[in-house]
Amino acid sequence: MTRTRTPGISRRSTLALMGAGAMSVAAPWVARAQAKTIKIGMPTILSGRVAQLGTSSRNAVMLEVDKVNAAGGLAGRQIEMVIRDSKGQPQEAARVARELVNTDGCEWLIDGEASSGSFAVHEVARDLGVLCVHTCSEASSLTADPKQHIPNAFRCVRQGIHDSIVGGSYAASISKAKGLKKWATCSPDYAYGRDTTGEFTLYLKRFAPDVEIISESWPKLFQPDYTEVVTKILQAKPQALYSCLWGGDLTSYIDQANIYAMFGQMEVFAVNMADYTALTVVKNLPKGIHSGNRYIKSFPTTPENAAWGDAYKAKYNEYPTNWSWQNATAVMFLAEAAKKANSTDGKKIAEVLKGLTIKCPFGTDGTVTMRGDDHTLVGYAIGWGTTIPQEPYVPEVKAGDWKTIFELEAEWKKSKGYT
Amino acid sequence: MEEEQGLHLITHTAETADRLRRFRLVSAPYQARCNESAPVDLDALAGCLSSSACLVTQTTSGLIIGMLLFLVAVGLTLIFGVLKIVNFSHGAFYMFGAYFAMTAYQLTGSFALAMLAGAAGTAILGLIFERVFMSRVYGADVLMQLLVCYAFVLIFDDVVRLIWGPEFRSMGMPAAFQVMPLFIAGGVVPPYYLLLIGVALLAAIVLGIGLSRSRIGKVIRAAAHNPGMVSALGINTGLIYGGVFALGGMLAGLAGALAAPVRSLTPGMGFSVLIESFIVTVIGGMGSIVGALVGALLLGLIRSFGSLGFPLFTEGLMYLFMVIVLVSKPTGLFGKEAA
Repeated sequence: MTRTRTPGISRRSTLALMGAGAMSVAAPWVARAQAKTIKIGMPTILSGRVAQLGTSSRNAVMLEVDKVNAAGGLAGRQIEMVIRDSKGQPQEAARVARELVNTDGCEWLIDGEASSGSFAVHEVARDLGVLCVHTCSEASSLTADPKQHIPNAFRCVRQGIHDSIVGGSYAASISKAKGLKKWATCSPDYAYGRDTTGEFTLYLKRFAPDVEIISESWPKLFQPDYTEVVTKILQAKPQALYSCLWGGDLTSYIDQANIYAMFGQMEVFAVNMADYTALTVVKNLPKGIHSGNRYIKSFPTTPENAAWGDAYKAKYNEYPTNWSWQNATAVMFLAEAAKKANSTDGKKIAEVLKGLTIKCPFGTDGTVTMRGDDHTLVGYAIGWGTTIPQEPYVPEVKAGDWKTIFELEAEWKKSKGYT
Repeated sequence: MEEEQGLHLITHTAETADRLRRFRLVSAPYQARCNESAPVDLDALAGCLSSSACLVTQTTSGLIIGMLLFLVAVGLTLIFGVLKIVNFSHGAFYMFGAYFAMTAYQLTGSFALAMLAGAAGTAILGLIFERVFMSRVYGADVLMQLLVCYAFVLIFDDVVRLIWGPEFRSMGMPAAFQVMPLFIAGGVVPPYYLLLIGVALLAAIVLGIGLSRSRIGKVIRAAAHNPGMVSALGINTGLIYGGVFALGGMLAGLAGALAAPVRSLTPGMGFSVLIESFIVTVIGGMGSIVGALVGALLLGLIRSFGSLGFPLFTEGLMYLFMVIVLVSKPTGLFGKEAA
């Protein structure tokens, strides 16, 4: 008699598998404590319409992590990044973040989510107590609102309120110089568009009280055609136009407004223009559009910044984005903090990060600071300039003044009941 | 005068500056009334209707939105009329048309070749798609057809992502059209949009005459009416079905190609156009070419004038109009009763 072996999983291997499974479920910390490498988890947006930004975040993180690892790692431990796609959905971002910590054994999180997802990841960080650095969310309330404050989370990102103050004061100075009193706005109809436009006009009017908004347009997000908006603005005849359209929406808008010669008839302030993703796509970029800096190689005008932009381009064959410099800065902060603490313990790192100032190519004076009282990035290069149709695209950027930013930010926080 | 200061950036001729100034003056009465933005701004609308400059500008704006929509919607309605299929993947042909045109333009630098590539490329794609896939689900239930189409919406989007990348692209305006807009009765009309309206209008006329007068047109109409009889008379209905699908794809592709210089190209760009095309066919009547033309133009004009009178409700206005048509005439304005 012969016994035929049934195909499939044998009893022995099933037992072995169950045993291994039980081990890792029962004692994840054993595996963690023994690991020589430190795993850092990162949920970010790698598919969908903003995938380009998520990819540029991953690229920047890897560029810096490679440098840290080559120099010996974090307190002697090599970094292993675990980067997952959240598809830009908050609930998915939260799930991925939780899984990265609980299942993959990541000790820290870098949160590469847009503002919608960042609040969800923030709650996961609050719940699990892991060190978390937000690297993409510009929503001011994430750190300004004391209800959001937790000791283990930091924001290494430019902030909406800073941009509004600098944009408003820049636009007001141009307004006064050129006598631009009648303004129109045209921004995408969702939270970011409404908030950013509201804050910009608030500070514009504060610095230039005689400014009047005579026309508002709120096209849908991702609207394919803006012709009716363009002609409506032409009819209203403002002297200046503000827009916080971004990405493909902004380039569509420019292409369509171009053939109505709109850019010759008014000063245009488009806060998101000076980003390589938009600058390199628009074929007929008009001269003289005012824009805030996102990431641009020429500002700050230091060899360090230019070298960083070139190194990124050499490696990935495209220019970095706004999200890139923020993610790179986060890794620089973590590396410096680990060096100072001579440890990779999340609590110790968080203590060191509070108020830490590091050398950084994206600082307005060559350094940036993680402000201690609200765990947010300050001192980064922020300014406005005008475009030209070819590289360097924005030849001169007028830097914002951090003293003014701090004063008005404190006032804004008070008005919101945050302090 | 404040009027002068807005002009300082213009690097064109003094004549242009003079025209722009006239444009400002002609529509001054309207302007005085639109200095506030409210949810319903009938004053702004009335002011616009009484100013020739505003009227011309907004009408051309409505026409270009409408004519591009017509090119997409007419293919949709034609395919439904003859093949009895609701082609949910029609937006993909608009997308492919735009991408084909951009690639051809980058390779050759010729605008005419770009348009040709957009139209011809999508026609071939439509033919293959119909023969290989859609022809297998004729007569199947609607859900089956819908699922096949929807699967291809996703597949086509991913194909574009694989070939051209996930980020948005721009074709750029050909140098020949980078000129100052025309000024007609004080209104602003960009020359490129004149071309666009002209091409779409030509397509509408050729299509209308071709279907009603030519022999092929008669065969197509006969095939729509009674495919069994047409087939019995020795005419290859498969060829006709394939041809109609290719024609529909070509028109959508042409719309995409014409839109490519002014709209950004992304995977999935066909979706919003498809939705609006459905509104057009519902308003105009499924299967009616005249209905598609009228529906598309109405929608374009609703958008352009609605954005003045109802700045916060422009989108809703389109749907409201659709509801009114559906309630008062469920088959659409030009739809046949119980088709």
